[in-house]
Amino acid sequence: MITFKAVSVVVEGAGGAPDVPILDDVDLRLTERRIAVVGANGSGKSTLARLVNGLVLPTSGRVVVDGLDTASDGAAVRRKVGFVFTDPDAQVVMPTPQEDIALSLRRLRLDRAERDARVRGILDRFDLGHLAEVSVHSLSGGQKQLLALAGVLATEPEILVCDEPTTLLDLRWRRVVDELLDSLDQQVVLVTHDLEAAARADRVLVVDAGKVVADGGAPVGVEQYRALMAVR
Amino acid sequence: MSAAGVRRRRSRRPWTGPLGLYVHGTTPLHRAPVDVKLGALALLGVAVIVLRGPATAAVLLAIATVAAVVARVPARATVRGLLPVLVTAGVLGAYQWWQRGPAVAVEVGADLVSLVLAAGVVTATTPADRMLDVLERSLRPLRHIGVRPDVVALAVALMLRTIPALVQTVAEVRDAARARGLERDPRALLVPAAVRTVARARATGDALAARGLGD
Repeated sequence: MITFKAVSVVVEGAGGAPDVPILDDVDLRLTERRIAVVGANGSGKSTLARLVNGLVLPTSGRVVVDGLDTASDGAAVRRKVGFVFTDPDAQVVMPTPQEDIALSLRRLRLDRAERDARVRGILDRFDLGHLAEVSVHSLSGGQKQLLALAGVLATEPEILVCDEPTTLLDLRWRRVVDELLDSLDQQVVLVTHDLEAAARADRVLVVDAGKVVADGGAPVGVEQYRALMAVR
Repeated sequence: MSAAGVRRRRSRRPWTGPLGLYVHGTTPLHRAPVDVKLGALALLGVAVIVLRGPATAAVLLAIATVAAVVARVPARATVRGLLPVLVTAGVLGAYQWWQRGPAVAVEVGADLVSLVLAAGVVTATTPADRMLDVLERSLRPLRHIGVRPDVVALAVALMLRTIPALVQTVAEVRDAARARGLERDPRALLVPAAVRTVARARATGDALAARGLGD
């Protein structure tokens, strides 16, 4: 379970400028299996997602994941919560898919033979086995995002947070990634502009100007977001 | 226009720097233990310093070249990666020729190329994961003085990965400047390249933190 308790995030203003509030007094209790977070650019939804695994810490308030505070138990939280970024180039840090998956598995302290076997298994599961040895530079955007997902899921997180994972993908790869996310057993928090994906969620949070302005089932949440955007 | 008249430009793989990237293979050098390869590289480094004379330097260069051939490292990519080193060796060699004569010039140039080529062979035949294992193991004694071997090993592996990423960033910025007709303005290249490099470093840090690496 993910709990936000009176969470605010404020960024210091540059050069004497006033501080900039990003999120303001957010209270949430997230238990659903699929949660979509929608909102305009700059609304604070990515910050909300990053709070879940401690990439961003609250300026005030607490974020608690299965009893662990992201501020004081950051490492333990990150073992539970996987995070997928919008741009896979930011996430894939090793020269080949095989090496990148192996990097993820280092945290598990497996012996070499087991690590190698797991890497092969994961690459095959994600249909990347034939690309194991190629340079990541030669992968398509969709293949890179699939690799980024594979790298995160390799460590078997209990919760997966995805920050607009399909924004940079074409329709074919968007479908592949959507189907993969839908098939996962983990709790998934999906930040997205794709209202079709949001409509499949169990719960939709609409974020606007640093506040959760609507929170409910998918059809209602998506309609509220459409209504909000129509008046902008 | 006839097909023969059409000039085609093949897109090339991004420049990966003189140390290159891992190249999959099953050669004896790919199968050799990483400790042995790093030990041999260290030995070559010592030999380059201790043994003097152009003939010895030529022999060491020949050994590094044979290693590259045995490892079946792609010739074109290797030469491309070594280009800045070859230019540096040429400039240093010319200076030494002028100052101390042709023997020293050959020795300095050949030694530099031998070392970088041999290091490139090690990175080309060793997956980053194996390199991390060895680095982590060899740095273990430093734990007693508060150094975390896993973090240092990761930093070294990332440094190797960063070279092609930086080249890619510069190429993107150059294209952006060209698209605005600013290809002759150094500020249009240097400032955005620096900003993007810092942004990329931050993104990589976030990516590692998100995977729980370095915690």
